[in-house]
Amino acid sequence: MSNGAGAQELLLSPYRVLDLTGQGGLLCGKLLADLGADVIQVEPPGGSAARNIGPFYQDDVHPEKSLFWWSYAANKRSITLNLETADGRDLLKRLVKSAHFLIESFPPGYMDGLSLGYAGLEAINPELVMVSITPFGSDGPYAHWKAPDIVGMALGGFMYLTGDSDRPPLRVSIPHFHLHGAAAGAAGAMIAHTHRALTGEGQHVDVSCQQAVAKTLAHAPQSWDLEGVILKRMGVFRQTSGDSIVRTCWPCKDGYINYVLQGGSSGVAASTRTLLAWMDEEGLGDKYLNDVNWEELGYGQVRSEIMEKGVAPLIRFFATHTRQELVAASVERRILLFPVATQQDILDHPQLKARDYFQQLHHPELDTTVNYPGLFVKDRHGERISLRRRPPLIGEHNREIYQDELGLTLEQVTALKESGAI
Amino acid sequence: MDRKPLEGIKVLDFCWVAVGPMTTRYLAEYGATVIRVESRKRPETLRRAAPFKDGISGLNRSGYFASYNPNKYGITIDMGHARAKELVLRLVSWANLVTENFTPGTMERWGLGYQDLQAINPAIVMYSTSMLGRGGPMERQPGFGPVLSSLAGLTHITGWPDRDPVNPYGAYTDFIGPRFAVASILAALDYQRRTGKGLHLDMSQLETSLHFTAPFILDCSVNGREQGRRGNRDPGAAPHGAYPCRGEDRWIAIVCQTDEEWQALLELISPVDWDEDRRQQASTLVGRKTVEEDLDKMITDWTGDQDSQELMYTLQDAGVPAGVVNDCRDLFQDPQLVHREHFKFLDHAEIGPYPSDQSEFDLSKTPGSLDTPAPLLGEHTEYALKELVGLSEDEYRSFEDDGVLE
Repeated sequence: MSNGAGAQELLLSPYRVLDLTGQGGLLCGKLLADLGADVIQVEPPGGSAARNIGPFYQDDVHPEKSLFWWSYAANKRSITLNLETADGRDLLKRLVKSAHFLIESFPPGYMDGLSLGYAGLEAINPELVMVSITPFGSDGPYAHWKAPDIVGMALGGFMYLTGDSDRPPLRVSIPHFHLHGAAAGAAGAMIAHTHRALTGEGQHVDVSCQQAVAKTLAHAPQSWDLEGVILKRMGVFRQTSGDSIVRTCWPCKDGYINYVLQGGSSGVAASTRTLLAWMDEEGLGDKYLNDVNWEELGYGQVRSEIMEKGVAPLIRFFATHTRQELVAASVERRILLFPVATQQDILDHPQLKARDYFQQLHHPELDTTVNYPGLFVKDRHGERISLRRRPPLIGEHNREIYQDELGLTLEQVTALKESGAI
Repeated sequence: MDRKPLEGIKVLDFCWVAVGPMTTRYLAEYGATVIRVESRKRPETLRRAAPFKDGISGLNRSGYFASYNPNKYGITIDMGHARAKELVLRLVSWANLVTENFTPGTMERWGLGYQDLQAINPAIVMYSTSMLGRGGPMERQPGFGPVLSSLAGLTHITGWPDRDPVNPYGAYTDFIGPRFAVASILAALDYQRRTGKGLHLDMSQLETSLHFTAPFILDCSVNGREQGRRGNRDPGAAPHGAYPCRGEDRWIAIVCQTDEEWQALLELISPVDWDEDRRQQASTLVGRKTVEEDLDKMITDWTGDQDSQELMYTLQDAGVPAGVVNDCRDLFQDPQLVHREHFKFLDHAEIGPYPSDQSEFDLSKTPGSLDTPAPLLGEHTEYALKELVGLSEDEYRSFEDDGVLE
């Protein structure tokens, strides 16, 4: 059976995606697959290098057990194909004829060098939407530079704003540079697809991960342009404008929580008032904070003076409560406060459980069932978006696709295998 | 002028603050007609958020708001007015897509839930996004991006192991959601075109953001391991960090993922005090991992008095991955971002020229473009209702006279 989905058509059921990406682009195809497209991961013989990225299932360092691979290849099928051979390229071209999307994350120029750049593919299938996900886009002064995660997060402007002020700028402890670009690739692909659906015209979508990261900086670029302020990283505080800082992260009795002491729109000021009232109830209230006119402050407009005087009373209060107490009371009282969640907290989270977020996929060859992060968006009155396949084994669908769908004979497939093309 | 790819898509946009307006900015950039509904009585949060032109606040002076809302038509409706629903349903019959990011229950309270919209326009696609999604014990928990990062597990894995965790800068989860949202919305509109059916998309920003920590969540789920913050360390590379350069708060990120990259870096540094034993030990990744602190110190000594920009070119030319830590002023001069025309300056009636960032992808045949600045509050109420939606002069006057358009 080629499709494990139920009877209901999925949003992108009619469409096929050839996914040639490695580590830097897997999320793009995953996103389209969850929306219902038939996504075929095209791996080099022996399997994608992304299968070498840890952590691994039961700490067994094995290409079928990479949890990175599992995260971003679920819902896809897999074939192996060697682009470095003429037979491999021929096969790809045959697949391109009936594909709607092709996604790749090779260094700029690599596909052109194999005559598989957009011009070459367009000649085969003028309706094809080709998506290239690269660190900097396909041309420009940095286009051919190496950019592992931390280099990209630095050049994108993220790191300067993250971390403690007395230490080097920081990245997140899991790579995000390419994930931002890969998710953007899916957005760009669907914009190009919309045009293709109406006109029959395909095109090339050229994604820059650096730009994708530069779009995560909130109002920091505008702060420089309009007010001449270079916003800085301030550890557990966040600088929101030249003279405004807010503390976001706080220790409590048994860990950390996030709470932003600020005023502004009605809900935010109300949340602040509610917390201050709670502190009063427990005899830990603070007159200075109670007297601040939170309702009149703009969003993010907390003068440093307020922060200087406000931090100590809040730290005293939070220290008397556990994360669980603070979170439970915040839900009840409607205070803008969240726990600094660990992975276990996330797995146990009541809201995620109530929404059936985690979904089980069976791995028969490991004789186990794995709890996967579920859908990034839900179809509220249907099941037209779904998580339906465990991540594919290396070349698991070679036979299904090469023989059953492309109609190659057993002799041809054997020859391709022996010659190293698949 | 060439046709834009999303021309013909009509969006009734109730989104506010960041995650929603960023989503509809993509749609507007690529040609959708986006009518943004605001309120004069309760101006949206970002209109009151810094930075302001010349540091002077005002509802039409926020660069934060202006950056997320170019190419959109701005109208005002008093949603508390008895006739607001009547007017909104007129707009719904015009639209293909309704977008909103209120606390769940808000649209329903106005009599504008998905079922209400569908009764008027059966094929309507509704996109709703909220902190924690619809249903469940915490659906109405208030929140916003800066603190949601913590529940999404991102704060826990950002920071130094010997210090408190820190948040990734800004309303980080707000910048994860929009790309997923655009893909989902356009998939739903494709389905609408093919089948004539509508649907209601329900995006929990928490659930979307978890895809940015998925390998760690799986590690906990199958191996029972908790991953924490690592500073700038990475298990697959050494050295791997940000190192100080000449000047105030200047830094460069340097990484050696392969032995070749390491040898190239070592050749550039040419440490005089390194004997053959040390070189041998550092020649493999496993060896470098055991002396990573020493390597960081050696590199810090070497980079400390160098110009970060020059050093970046030197290292990249030698095949060593490296990049300066750009601050927000640098971004406007970064040669690659300039080449890609990342920032588009728009001329705003009260702010003057201001930058908004263009999409991070280029479409070869039907590029997007940011053409008009963010609307002044209520700037297009009359134009959009009459010219785009087709209200007659009498109908328009009646809503205006009744005070609905506030």
